[in-house]
Amino acid sequence: MFAFFMSSGLFLGWSLGANDASNVFGTAVGSRMIRFSTAAVLCSIFIVMGAVISGEGASHTLGKLGAVNAIAGAFIVAFAAAMSVYLMTLARYPVSTSQAIVGAILGWNLFTGSLTDVHSLTKIVSTWVLCPVLAAVIAMILYKLVVFVIKRFKFHMFKLDRMTRYGLLLAGVFGSYSLGANNIANVMGVFIPVSPFSDISLLGWFNLTGAQQLFFIGGIAIAVGVFTYSKRVMLTVGEGIMALSPVAAFVSVWSHSIVLFLFSSQGLESFLTSHGLPAIPLVPVSSSQAIVGAVIGMGLLKGGKGIRWRTVGGIATGWITTPVIAALLSFICLFFLQNVFQQKTYRPVRYVLTLESMERIREAGVPTAKLDDLFGENFSRAVKFKKALYERVALTPEARDIVMSAAEIDELGVAGTAIARLNTGWFTGEQIEALKQLEGREFIHKWQLSEALAEQSPQWRSHENDRDFNRDLQNKLSHLYKVFRYETDY
Amino acid sequence: MGSILKRKIGIEKQVDVFLDQISEAGLLFKAGLEAYLRGNLDGFEKKLGSISETEHKGDALRRSLEEQLYLHTLIPESRGDVLALLESMDSLLDRFKGAMWRFDIERPDIGSEFHDDFKELANSVAESVESLVRSARAFFKDISAVADHMHKVSYWETESDKISTQLQRSIFRQKELRLSHRLQLRDFVRHMDKIADRAEDVADSLSIFVIKRSL
Repeated sequence: MFAFFMSSGLFLGWSLGANDASNVFGTAVGSRMIRFSTAAVLCSIFIVMGAVISGEGASHTLGKLGAVNAIAGAFIVAFAAAMSVYLMTLARYPVSTSQAIVGAILGWNLFTGSLTDVHSLTKIVSTWVLCPVLAAVIAMILYKLVVFVIKRFKFHMFKLDRMTRYGLLLAGVFGSYSLGANNIANVMGVFIPVSPFSDISLLGWFNLTGAQQLFFIGGIAIAVGVFTYSKRVMLTVGEGIMALSPVAAFVSVWSHSIVLFLFSSQGLESFLTSHGLPAIPLVPVSSSQAIVGAVIGMGLLKGGKGIRWRTVGGIATGWITTPVIAALLSFICLFFLQNVFQQKTYRPVRYVLTLESMERIREAGVPTAKLDDLFGENFSRAVKFKKALYERVALTPEARDIVMSAAEIDELGVAGTAIARLNTGWFTGEQIEALKQLEGREFIHKWQLSEALAEQSPQWRSHENDRDFNRDLQNKLSHLYKVFRYETDY
Repeated sequence: MGSILKRKIGIEKQVDVFLDQISEAGLLFKAGLEAYLRGNLDGFEKKLGSISETEHKGDALRRSLEEQLYLHTLIPESRGDVLALLESMDSLLDRFKGAMWRFDIERPDIGSEFHDDFKELANSVAESVESLVRSARAFFKDISAVADHMHKVSYWETESDKISTQLQRSIFRQKELRLSHRLQLRDFVRHMDKIADRAEDVADSLSIFVIKRSL
């Protein structure tokens, strides 16, 4: 069943491969500098590698925007995104998978009454604007640098040609990796919370998380798109961009790849934050818009006369139209699936201010006096609870998040059978031991389980300044919530 | 990979050798004409033999270069321009050879009063082609230096024009010569001057190719 529901994600992956591979290898193949078969093989390999190795960064941000928690819902979200991409392509609009999937998730949030994390949304939308701008700036710098080097070292025409070829090949490989890393979240991100995959440990030293297994499948779907459909797109795009000169093409592909890499590298993010620098948000961005941004940047260097501002306008309107269309499609399809086909498109999340949650809220320093009359009341949807809070007390967004997460109901039971099934390559012995201590206990809030575990062992506590450990810890806890949850659907 | 690199290093060398042939043709023409004017027909025929060989070699190189450019889709953005350049450079070589053959076939009787002008004309023409060869080399190796050589092509072409006008005038003012003789000599002068004109045309196209490749 999961495989069937995932088909829409695979379709989305296929269309991503068919369209976006041309951004990384279009110039090289279009100008016949590299054979299509070589490009397709390299592109596929590196997209899959990028997806599996570095795909998780950008998917977290997407996950925060809205955690689609039922498989049929995830199916519709990916389907709506894929359909919007298809429709926008038909209308010859420059379309981005990233924008489509965000719109589709917002549609799901709207339909299910889940909260949209405004902070994540702002972060994502600002990146859409930042992405082409950054690509333009990088292209300008890179172009100046390349021109300086060429003029300084006076390469022979044929040597320059050879170097451009290898440069385009490298750029294509790096671009494919970055594309896989950055855009796999669009294709498979919505399936992470509902995926049945648990972590696999290979020989105890190499761990493949459930998300990574999903990303692998998504990467394959993209690769199929590359092989079956991208040749035609590559030839058109390549010829379009070739008018720029091969050196300019080389610069545009590199700028594109660098931008995509910046928006997906967890390594860079931890490096920046550990040095007290502002981190670049890890967000899926649009590969096509990065390329166009780079081309515009080089156009600006030459006085900006050759720039087609209509294309630029088209991109800017795409920031609004694509998500709106995807959100509408997603909402309408969810309505049909839920009411006509009787499929469960979401798992309702209840909110109750219990004794324990009131205590937790107080401990976090949020005054609870005005919340007392909500005590014990059952809210079937996040928006209703939020509205009730809003009517009673003015809370900062952070304080509201604390109250919301403290009151979220998730009935969990630590079952011995579930513990026995856990992957011992991923969970350490001490972690398993701590779980065994809790066997038979039940919790009504997720945070209760994580607190109880933290009491049992330091290995269940988050470490200060160790982002990797904390990220892994969160993955493990999310996995536990899934396996210990009562009335699960998957 | 090794074999690919070898072949491509080869092509750079081939372009160089090809341009050497053009340059050499100019020198051979100059030397051949001097031998002819001195009455040293043996020396002239040797030069004629050499220039035919040079032309043959130039043709073979041009064909091989064209084939490689197309077969391996090298420099796709400038391929048409490079091919046009190679063709027109080769046609200059042909013209040098043609002029030599014409001397051999017609054996014109050139009075000693015209010798200096003929030598000077041959020198200007060869210089204009030599400047063009330098521009073409720069086009391949260091595009910013093309302009340094290009203006000399025009300079030598103007010089050739001046000398040829002057020479033709002197030929037709020479009352002792029959009209047929005068017309024959005029044709020789024109043929030589045409080479410099053609060199200037090639330089003009080359300057467009340079703009197209400028970064």
